[in-house]
Amino acid sequence: MKVILNSEQIEQILRRLITHIISDASDRADIAVIGIRSRGEILAQRLSSILSEETGKEVPCGTLDITLYRDDLNAPQSTVQPQVRTTEIGFNIDDKIIILVDDVLYTGRSARAAMDALIDLGRPKAIRLAVLVDRTGREFPIQADYAGFKTDVAPGKLVQVNLIESDGKDEVVIE
Amino acid sequence: MIKNGRVIDPANGLDKKCDVLIVDEKIADVGEIEKKAEKVIDATGKIVTPGLIDMHVHFREPGDEEEETIASGSAAAVAAGFTSVVCMPNTNPTIDNETDVEYIHRKGRKARKTHVYTMGAITKQLQGVELAEMGFMAEAGAVGFTDDGNGLQDPAVMLRALKYAAMFDVVIAQHCQDNSFAGNGVMNAGYYSTILGLPGISTLAEEAMLWRDIQLVKKANVRYHAQHISTAGSVELIRAAKKASLPVTCEVTPHHLLLTDQCCAEYDTNYKVNPPLRSAEDIDALKQAIADGLVDALVTDHAPHLQSEKELEFLAAPFGIVGLECALGLYVKALVEPGILSWPGLISLMTERPAKIIGVDKGTLGKGKQGDVTIIDPDAEYEIDVNKFRSKSKNCPYHGWKVTGRVEKTIVGGEIRFSAGD
Amino acid sequence: MALMRKAKHFKWQHKHLLGLRELNSEEITYILDTAKGFEQISTRSVKKAPTLRGKVVVNLFFEDSTRTRNSFTLAASRLSADVIEFTKKASAVSKGETLLDTAKNLEAMGIDIVVIRHSAGGAPKFLSRNIKACVVNAGDGYCEHPTQALLDVYTIRKLKGTLEGLKIAIVGDIAHSRVARSDLWAMSKLGADVILVGPPTLMPAEVGRLPVDVSYSLDEVIEKVDVINMLRIQFERLGGNPFPSVREYSHYFGLTVERMKRAKSDIMVMHPGPINRGLEMESEVADGENSVILDQVKNGLAVRMAVMFLVNQAAAQKI
Repeated sequence: MKVILNSEQIEQILRRLITHIISDASDRADIAVIGIRSRGEILAQRLSSILSEETGKEVPCGTLDITLYRDDLNAPQSTVQPQVRTTEIGFNIDDKIIILVDDVLYTGRSARAAMDALIDLGRPKAIRLAVLVDRTGREFPIQADYAGFKTDVAPGKLVQVNLIESDGKDEVVIE
Repeated sequence: MIKNGRVIDPANGLDKKCDVLIVDEKIADVGEIEKKAEKVIDATGKIVTPGLIDMHVHFREPGDEEEETIASGSAAAVAAGFTSVVCMPNTNPTIDNETDVEYIHRKGRKARKTHVYTMGAITKQLQGVELAEMGFMAEAGAVGFTDDGNGLQDPAVMLRALKYAAMFDVVIAQHCQDNSFAGNGVMNAGYYSTILGLPGISTLAEEAMLWRDIQLVKKANVRYHAQHISTAGSVELIRAAKKASLPVTCEVTPHHLLLTDQCCAEYDTNYKVNPPLRSAEDIDALKQAIADGLVDALVTDHAPHLQSEKELEFLAAPFGIVGLECALGLYVKALVEPGILSWPGLISLMTERPAKIIGVDKGTLGKGKQGDVTIIDPDAEYEIDVNKFRSKSKNCPYHGWKVTGRVEKTIVGGEIRFSAGD
Repeated sequence: MALMRKAKHFKWQHKHLLGLRELNSEEITYILDTAKGFEQISTRSVKKAPTLRGKVVVNLFFEDSTRTRNSFTLAASRLSADVIEFTKKASAVSKGETLLDTAKNLEAMGIDIVVIRHSAGGAPKFLSRNIKACVVNAGDGYCEHPTQALLDVYTIRKLKGTLEGLKIAIVGDIAHSRVARSDLWAMSKLGADVILVGPPTLMPAEVGRLPVDVSYSLDEVIEKVDVINMLRIQFERLGGNPFPSVREYSHYFGLTVERMKRAKSDIMVMHPGPINRGLEMESEVADGENSVILDQVKNGLAVRMAVMFLVNQAAAQKI
């Protein structure tokens, strides 16, 4: 197990992402942050509260469960069963710029599922993908608009993001 | 000549190691015999008994020959040690006149396996309304009368049947099932029918009719035989009737001594039978009844059905278990092994007592009697394999059961008609 | 921000839902938790998710039922499955095509899930032993109606938080009710005290051996219970007249406004539907503020979606 990001580095990366997001949102269109369960949700909450502070405007936060939209339900890739949880988006996503947040962007399949899920919920003005870790190995033509840390990790290895709220500390490890 | 076997002949009070000599289809002598014989069977370590009798089987001919014929059924019976069987009249058409009775006898003779007897119907077409020609059927050789398959619902008709039968020396047998209690039930009414969501047949269905019939027998004083009793309540009714010296007899099947309604929990239709499998308490009462000498015959109620007929949801499948070819081992398991009966006690219920009920001069090794003999290996252990059954149907829940007690040879009229290892 | 618990490594392993008697409380709770995730599909504007896209669901209904069948149909289509409706009158003596033949014919066409309602207890189990598709029991004889019970306990859990320690009465023709049986399994496993109420002629054999109390008097019970489930009296089933008249039944066992006055103020009133107004309950009660009957219907969709999702998952994981 190798630690590739410690908590200070993660803090720095998040700050950097926020700066980019703010500078892009020059037209002050309504921004909302939606995190993909389950660690994307935590990152989204952090991002939305910082964004709200920095912009002085309330940036709403929602949680998206993509289980129903996964493409591997009938061809399970592992023995772990996907668990259906709730999607909690307490606001209308129409005409908003949705910052879709996930912990790791790898094959791009989760992001694809998340986009399909969002489109069934409404018509956002734009969807921008923000991720903490962007690893090579795309299987779908999907790119992050805001990529925190780019890395090239061998396919057999797992990039695990641990966060204080769920795992007790902030760090990113390779297993 | 059968040498050195343990000869058990309850009809003559015999249980000892000796020889049996058959000459010209008849029993010539039983005892220490020095004579020379053409054919000698060494029965050392085996039990030698009068040919076994099963007084309740269904051979489905005429009408449902794909399930079983008299030929296949009697072949199954003889392989199981039975030298005489009694068919039930609920064939299609039913056996309710003398030509039908003669038909069964003729087919039985042609098959040359066991003696095939038949009961006649009490009422025409088993409808329970008009009496059938019991006189002619009795003269043609019917050994009793029953509407088996159905219970005779109307009490007045039953009384009339009993009174009429008093003219002939016959036994009236009843499949005790009061339909207003039984309804459309398919298994015993109890905890299991409740959780399996199936309509149940209460024990009252059997007991109500048995009680009623016993009252009628008090008036008519005709020999009455309660078929396949299954409940503790029925046992008590029989006990009281016998205590009052009424001419009442009864029979029990192996499944009612070995299986409970819990067996239906997986909806396996091989356990669907009528009367249904009951509770453990009922089994105990039946075993006690046997120990007390209240039961007169052990029968299989051999009821063949095709796999396609049984391969239905439990509610829709027909009732019935085939039992001939595993009967002996099952009786041993249920009664001899737990010490409820000794071998002589068991043999009595399969020879002299049923013979008396149906009024045939069989079930005995007395001098001059028919040379029907069964040779049993009481220690042979084996596994029941339905695929080896000679019966055409295999609807049997005992596949794979390990039992003890196997028929070695069956001799009918001096002729070896079955030999283990054939 | 709430601390998230580590995901439990629970696996749903049943490719059939035949009944609740054989499930444990963890499994039942898992279905309820899963159903929560499906609720919002019915409330948002695009009422579809691609979860069962390309899968074929057959509604094999041998008994009349528009309500349950429609619920399954809608649930399956909301998950983008293709639905085939197959309704058939079956006679007790199987004339014509047997259940087995019917199912095998359907299977030959390539189906994934069979939702079956049949008058013979055990028919879904029989089917599950003979075909490869997933089998979901929509009601078999007097045996079980698992999705109804699941939506019942889901509705209770949603309102009351938990079933632990609740006193729940089920009132009606218990002997012939598969809803009562599935309910009592689910409710007792989730920690509720269940009491069956009805006339002695409508109680099943050896009812005392079930994990329930029994009462022949609704009046005796009404003040003590937190939830009351009124079963539909089905005239078509009652050949044999176990109670002398509708009037007498509703007098002793009907949920009247008067009885409601004596009940707890927050008592939950349930009914699997359709209601015989004036028989099992008075209209005012059915439409009153304690009634959750319409919520039951709504929750039925989420529960059925969850069930089809789960059995499909179990089937997919075993390939």
